[in-house]
Amino acid sequence: MVTTRSVSVKDGNVLLLVGTTKGAFLLRATGARSRWEVGGPYFPGHSVYAVAYDGRGGRRRLWASTTSMHWGAVLRSSDDFGRSWTNPESATIKFPPETGASLKQIWQIQPGRADDPETLYCGVDPAALFESHDGGETWTLNRGLYDHPHRPRWQPGGGGLCLHTILPDPQNRSRMTVAVSAAGAYRSDDGGRSWRTAHRGVRAQFLPDQHPEFGQCVHKIVQHPSRPDRLFLQNHFGLYRSDNAGDSWDDIARTVPSDFGFAMAIHPHDPDTVYILPLESDQFRCTPEGKLRVYRTRNGGGSWEPLTRGLPQKNALETVLRDAMAVDTLTPAGVYFGTRSGRVYGSRDDGNSWSLILEGLPPVVCVKAAVIGEPQRASIAGPRRHPRGGKRKVTAPRRGAAGSTRRRAARSGRKK
Amino acid sequence: MAVLIYIPAYLQPFTGGRARVELAGSATTVGEALAALWSAYPGVRDRVVNEQGEVREHVNVFAGRESIRFTGGLATPVSDSSEISIIPAVSGGSERAYTRQTILNPSGIARAEEWPG
Repeated sequence: MVTTRSVSVKDGNVLLLVGTTKGAFLLRATGARSRWEVGGPYFPGHSVYAVAYDGRGGRRRLWASTTSMHWGAVLRSSDDFGRSWTNPESATIKFPPETGASLKQIWQIQPGRADDPETLYCGVDPAALFESHDGGETWTLNRGLYDHPHRPRWQPGGGGLCLHTILPDPQNRSRMTVAVSAAGAYRSDDGGRSWRTAHRGVRAQFLPDQHPEFGQCVHKIVQHPSRPDRLFLQNHFGLYRSDNAGDSWDDIARTVPSDFGFAMAIHPHDPDTVYILPLESDQFRCTPEGKLRVYRTRNGGGSWEPLTRGLPQKNALETVLRDAMAVDTLTPAGVYFGTRSGRVYGSRDDGNSWSLILEGLPPVVCVKAAVIGEPQRASIAGPRRHPRGGKRKVTAPRRGAAGSTRRRAARSGRKK
Repeated sequence: MAVLIYIPAYLQPFTGGRARVELAGSATTVGEALAALWSAYPGVRDRVVNEQGEVREHVNVFAGRESIRFTGGLATPVSDSSEISIIPAVSGGSERAYTRQTILNPSGIARAEEWPG
């Protein structure tokens, strides 16, 4: 019988939510991020492809989607950091009968905008967007996207026909971008009533027409809250940036060993800094040359540098999936990723150096990071000194208790 | 007389811990008997059937010793003394992702089976 351990979480702690093919885990550390307490496994035997922390509206709520091969997919939450979880009698996310569809898996749980704490979104397989406007109690299918005329011709990727990325624009309440494998990126500018493609310039290398109207296999898109019109995209071959909210994309795959990969994360305070983990081809799908390297750009994709300190540089044939990389919001930023071999790596200095946090897990499929007690999204602020020097337009923490917590945590981290 | 339904351990939290549920009534098919089960214990429903009312792929339902997949599905007739068993299929224990592991062949060159894309 599996024994599940709990973690004791306090304000200012950093929490990693790790979903695997056989359950979920919580990793807790102080702001120093030097020692991690491990909780779990939660939902042993169930795959957990989506996890989220919702700290809006005074909550301290964890979300997890659990999928049993036998008993289906259920969305669960915990208000006590995993000591207890809801297990609703009736699944809260369901396709309406008239669609003829049935839920296979929940791929993404996305809290809505900071000033709309009752709204959450879920992306699922078969590809669809569900939304809740009562804090996750009830959910409805977004019909605008579901009824899109492209939908009948969307084709699944190897992982299924999944809607895996949801980006509510933090400044424009009517705008949202989602990504579907293998259909592409779609954007709504009218609050989700209608959707249009947002992947012009993104190639579909695996199709005869490499720039089709739809059918792009977008693996991940990231957005910085201070500059929401700029998006970065990791494609099934191809690495892109858009400066117009997805209207068009430019190739930024310069000096990376492969433009194939899944995972992508953006720095919490610098909209020009992005992390990826390139994989070799779409057949091998492991780290090139057996070297586990995170690549970082600090100039919006103008150039990329390998980050290797503390990561194995030989015999490391690793795979990191689309949702298995995350950042926290401290300074310097913590960057984390999990591998299909069950390892979790972390950096507490913007990615400059890394260490193995945990190994021996089932295959990791998603990683999310949260700083407990912080506002979910920082406000927009003026120039602020970047951690590695130079003034940049960045996102700053809000003033007040949470900001103080953040600064204390950062100071604590530097002492270690 | 009643239809007797055997509940697997995973679902017993939704039947008040009962491993067997006796349904008095007039169910004439497996579907009717299961509908009566959902009525008494609604938490069982979404775990055995999907939102379209279809028995989940990796759940087996037996009427007596026969899987209803081969006897007419939910329309399989039952009598007052029938026993229905809900049993997780052995096929469901394998997480699909596990079958997508990279495999090193003797030459040391990795090949990937079906991977998420």
